[in-house]
Amino acid sequence: MKRLALAAALVLLAALPFWAGGSFYINIASQILLYAIFALGLNVLVGYGGLVSLGHAGLFGIAAYSAARLLAAGHGHLAAIAGALTLALLAAALFAALALRGTGIGFVMITLAIGQIVWGVAYRWISITNGDNGITVGSRPQLFGLSLAAPARFYWATLLVFLVALASMQMLVASPFGASLRGTRDQPRRMAALGYHVWMIRFLAFLFSGFWSGIAGLLFLYYNQFVSPQAVALTASAEVLLMVISGGSGTLLGPVVGAGLVVVVKNVASAYIERWNFVLGAIFVAIVIFMPEGLVPGVVGLWRRATARTPSRDLVGVVEPGKEAGR
Amino acid sequence: MSLWLVLAVNSITFGGLLFLLAAGFSLIFGLMRIPNLTHGSFFMLGGYLAASLIEWGLGFWPAAVLSGLLVAAFGGVIERLILRRLAGAELAQVLVTLGLSFMVADVCLKIWTGDPVRIDTPAGLRGATAVGGLVFPTYRLAISLVAVAFAVALWALLDRTRLGAMIRAGVDDPEMARVAGIRVSHLFTIVFCLGAWLAGFAGVIGGPILSVYPGLDQEMLPLALVVVILGGTGSLVGSLAGGFVVGFLYNFGQAMFPQLAYVVLFLPMLLVLVVRPQGLFGRPAV
Amino acid sequence: MTALAVNRLSKSFGGLLVTASVNLVVEPGERRLIIGPNGAGKTTLFNLITGELRPDRGTVTLFGRDITRTPGWHRVHLGISRTYQIITLFPHDTLVRNVTLSLLGRSRLRWNPVARLDGQAALVGRARAALARVGLEHLADRPLVQTSYGERRRVEIAMALAQEPRVLLLDEPFAGLSLEERRDVLQLVAGIPRDVTIVMIEHDMDVALDFAERITVLHFGQVVVEGTRGEVVAHPRTREIYLGE
Repeated sequence: MKRLALAAALVLLAALPFWAGGSFYINIASQILLYAIFALGLNVLVGYGGLVSLGHAGLFGIAAYSAARLLAAGHGHLAAIAGALTLALLAAALFAALALRGTGIGFVMITLAIGQIVWGVAYRWISITNGDNGITVGSRPQLFGLSLAAPARFYWATLLVFLVALASMQMLVASPFGASLRGTRDQPRRMAALGYHVWMIRFLAFLFSGFWSGIAGLLFLYYNQFVSPQAVALTASAEVLLMVISGGSGTLLGPVVGAGLVVVVKNVASAYIERWNFVLGAIFVAIVIFMPEGLVPGVVGLWRRATARTPSRDLVGVVEPGKEAGR
Repeated sequence: MSLWLVLAVNSITFGGLLFLLAAGFSLIFGLMRIPNLTHGSFFMLGGYLAASLIEWGLGFWPAAVLSGLLVAAFGGVIERLILRRLAGAELAQVLVTLGLSFMVADVCLKIWTGDPVRIDTPAGLRGATAVGGLVFPTYRLAISLVAVAFAVALWALLDRTRLGAMIRAGVDDPEMARVAGIRVSHLFTIVFCLGAWLAGFAGVIGGPILSVYPGLDQEMLPLALVVVILGGTGSLVGSLAGGFVVGFLYNFGQAMFPQLAYVVLFLPMLLVLVVRPQGLFGRPAV
Repeated sequence: MTALAVNRLSKSFGGLLVTASVNLVVEPGERRLIIGPNGAGKTTLFNLITGELRPDRGTVTLFGRDITRTPGWHRVHLGISRTYQIITLFPHDTLVRNVTLSLLGRSRLRWNPVARLDGQAALVGRARAALARVGLEHLADRPLVQTSYGERRRVEIAMALAQEPRVLLLDEPFAGLSLEERRDVLQLVAGIPRDVTIVMIEHDMDVALDFAERITVLHFGQVVVEGTRGEVVAHPRTREIYLGE
């Protein structure tokens, strides 16, 4: 049953450019997919690692800006992408080493501070980032010799990357490392007592998360063919976190649903409301207070109760990952 | 007056403002374990409110105090209606304050529009004053004195009064404090309002120097964070020391390497995190 | 060579001296019981031995190797396993998954990000065997949250034993158990082979005394009485400490 649904979804997604109804909607779909990759990457830390980052747009942006600069300096797309990902990984290593000096809320605050510093650099270091004016990118790369300029082509390329990302996440989650990571989220003290190197597990998870955030940043760059400090602002980090928690952080599907939700609402809202920020903030507050576990677990819970065969699992709440039992 | 002296004075002034902002943040975090991400918004809101109050005829200092009170009241409402519902869920509280900061920023944009709002230097403090053969802008001197005065007042509050003792007990050990009969939830509201008042007041007195504009909240918040990370949470001395360190770094950084101002800020934070993660004056985690 | 040796171990919290220059020597295969009133510093001593806490002074030695500076997770790989006073395992996972995690902790496999954990037949097989050794194989696929406290305690011990420790530290293993459950656990512990050295903290004297060969009595962080079971039980200070409470 599940396989059938999956296959159907795959066919629908692949055929999207034909049934979506125009470039505008195909582009929205591309956006949803690239943000889904970003959200999935963040979710490795938040949902599976129990570490909330409010500075992840920093990694997203470092990849985008690096590629933009490398392209502006005359390098080809392959070199730009490779260079950008390398820099994003190095940055992730540095951020992780600093952020892991704090635990719980300390981690959140340090990632916030780091994220804001990246924004400050993007905004002020004009000789590198061109400040508020941003950097424009002339062209999109070619995939297998085919141009990605058209919306449908770019969508398919993004879909391909998304599927690879999803598969890698699925693999990680089901793997021993994934189980280790989840263990450190739930019982870090016990995990250490069982022989796990909790810091290293978290550090590696951060790198993995940073890698996919970087990939998403590159897709973002090529989608817009432009990057500006807006991409690394606090609102950007907040948006991707909202995608994770609105969809539900304990699952793989949650961040994808969340990405769809936030992108659609953002695009719809900006047609009717002048400022998106108020809506973003209000949704944040509403979800945190009224639906902390997110949409996907909420809906799944409803479905389970409706078709009750087994007692419903107490799904891991998103807003208190890592809270030790008995505290 | 030489450039360095001007920068130094500006740094002390800015440091004083940062102290007021960070002290409130640090108190709230130290006692309630909530990193209040609405704190930058309180700062900005205070400035905007005062600007309007002054426009309607109120004097500078009354406006400053009243704005502070309005912001404090707003803070109190947030604390009682929202944060208290999420008691114990630290992460939820952080995210809620973040969401609220976006909402406040947008409302301010709606009401006061996108142009920077000027607050004029209060009449009695314009111009310059000569101190020991050197000439300083009077207002900046005044802010520095105000900051020091508040530092002393806060210290006295924490060290000498019953309220202060309760706050310190709550910071050290909330469970014990409850057992000892301290109304911890009342204390939370008081401290949150106090922190909000300090932020709003700082926003007003900073107004003649910084102006008030959209994005001010997003600029001040990370500075407050860095001050607290550097100085250590829950420590008044830490906020003071951290405030001045950041004030100097930011101003000198901006003057000497304008493009790298944020990088200059980053480096000491990095150093502190590596060498002494609890901050210069914070307590080491067990 | 001694199995576990602690020399002049001290730890303070704030101004409070919780562990006061403790000396402890445990021989291989020994069954050592550490007792003392609440607040005597027993669990802190365990935390110092396992590495969860760093001592202010003193050393910890495992089979002749100084592990004072060794990180806690690494000490597990050198042969120390422990259980906790309050059972904190993974409630939503099955028993077999809980034990599998424990086995994984000692295996290089734990770093593998691609293989399927559920597909590791050898590992899962060993987990089931470990559960069988404590008589819980019939509950292997049940979520931990659906088992009794006594059963969870046995799972925890199974997890510790599955790691094939050389030194096993049991922190109040009988706490919260019914009389019958205590007998089960005692039988379990008594059946552990002699290649595992066992140090147990207990507050409840009845069951624990049966287990002990040598007893160390802690009071206010210091060792006040030490010797064989007979010696300690007869010692006047022991009675003073326990009856004077």
